[in-house]
Amino acid sequence: MEFVDYYKVLGLNKSASTEDIKKAYRKLARKHHPDLNPNNKEAHKLFQQINEANEVLSDPEKRKKYDKYGKDWQHGEAYEKAQQAYGNTNQRQYQGGQAFSGEQFGGDFSDFFESMFGGAAGAGGRQQARFRGQDFNAELHLNLLDAYKTHPQTLTVNGKNIRITIPAGIEDGQTIKIAGHGGPGMNGGPNGDLYITFLIENNTAFKREGANLFTTVNLDLFTAVLGGELMVDTLDGKVKLKVAPETQNGTRVKLKGKGFPVYKQEGHFGDLYVTYSIQIPTNLTEKQKQLFRELAKS
Amino acid sequence: MNTENLIPADAFCNSHSVEITFIHTLGEYGLIDITELDNMSYIHAEQLRDIEKYLRLHYELNINMEGIEAITHLLERMSGLESEVVVLRNRLKRYEEL
Repeated sequence: MEFVDYYKVLGLNKSASTEDIKKAYRKLARKHHPDLNPNNKEAHKLFQQINEANEVLSDPEKRKKYDKYGKDWQHGEAYEKAQQAYGNTNQRQYQGGQAFSGEQFGGDFSDFFESMFGGAAGAGGRQQARFRGQDFNAELHLNLLDAYKTHPQTLTVNGKNIRITIPAGIEDGQTIKIAGHGGPGMNGGPNGDLYITFLIENNTAFKREGANLFTTVNLDLFTAVLGGELMVDTLDGKVKLKVAPETQNGTRVKLKGKGFPVYKQEGHFGDLYVTYSIQIPTNLTEKQKQLFRELAKS
Repeated sequence: MNTENLIPADAFCNSHSVEITFIHTLGEYGLIDITELDNMSYIHAEQLRDIEKYLRLHYELNINMEGIEAITHLLERMSGLESEVVVLRNRLKRYEEL
């Protein structure tokens, strides 16, 4: 169990008054409250620590124990009983700290926190704050073709299976919120949310910009000059493209509706932009070179 | 009228130990929609999480209605800007790959 210096958490020193503690807590809680810092893990962690610090330091009994025993404040009574049972001669043995280490009493810091907000806190008649559960963050790796179609997917988050539907057209780096699937709330507070960030790997020849796709295709010189037809790959299969005569290198044409699905707009697609890269013939025969010379003179 | 997704405002207030005026004030500030049926006020189930958020902001952080309104507006803007950053980052990536 890691010791947390509650005074340091609230930016106070040990002589802080009740009013100082209240003020510092209000100020920090406003700054780091999860509702004001959605999807911010660091703020949530800090908020938890601020609450812990306030719970202990704003209660004179708990504060007294905390000041006296430091990290073992919660076990102060057990410590005192042990001292009485063994008498003063054995006192040194317990002051070594070993007998009251976190390991012996079990649990990590969150157990410590939960036990702090248990029955004992309510028994004194203090109003218990209802805390919203922690938000969880997860990453989901997809490839571009997965993101092309709306599909269901089951995720395992903290041992629980969650079935979600991933809408077609989701962006790389986009985060969606699954309400109520985060950590459980405390004292009747609501559950936190689950934030899933999608990391989309593009394993295709297409570049994506929102719902538009971009690709470059090679075009032979003769088709570029005389015009013709060309088969072009799209994510939806091949399409035949008419090439206008005298097409210049770098010309870009738009295939309407052949791009990526528009996020959450069923049946709507972006466009596919095809850029021509005209290939100059190589390894020409003498006859072909002669024809080009004649063409150059004409 | 479909009342399936409506929650009686007084039931919500009882379970959260708040005054009904809190719900009406949220309604007056345009933060939530309140439906009146047979002299009863109802809130919409899909707004429940927002209402609980407003409740926490008000009672835990002592933020008044004007503050909640401003925070809601800023959080919406923040969310919009975050989405825009994702789109722009992806667009930039395309040019960096050239």
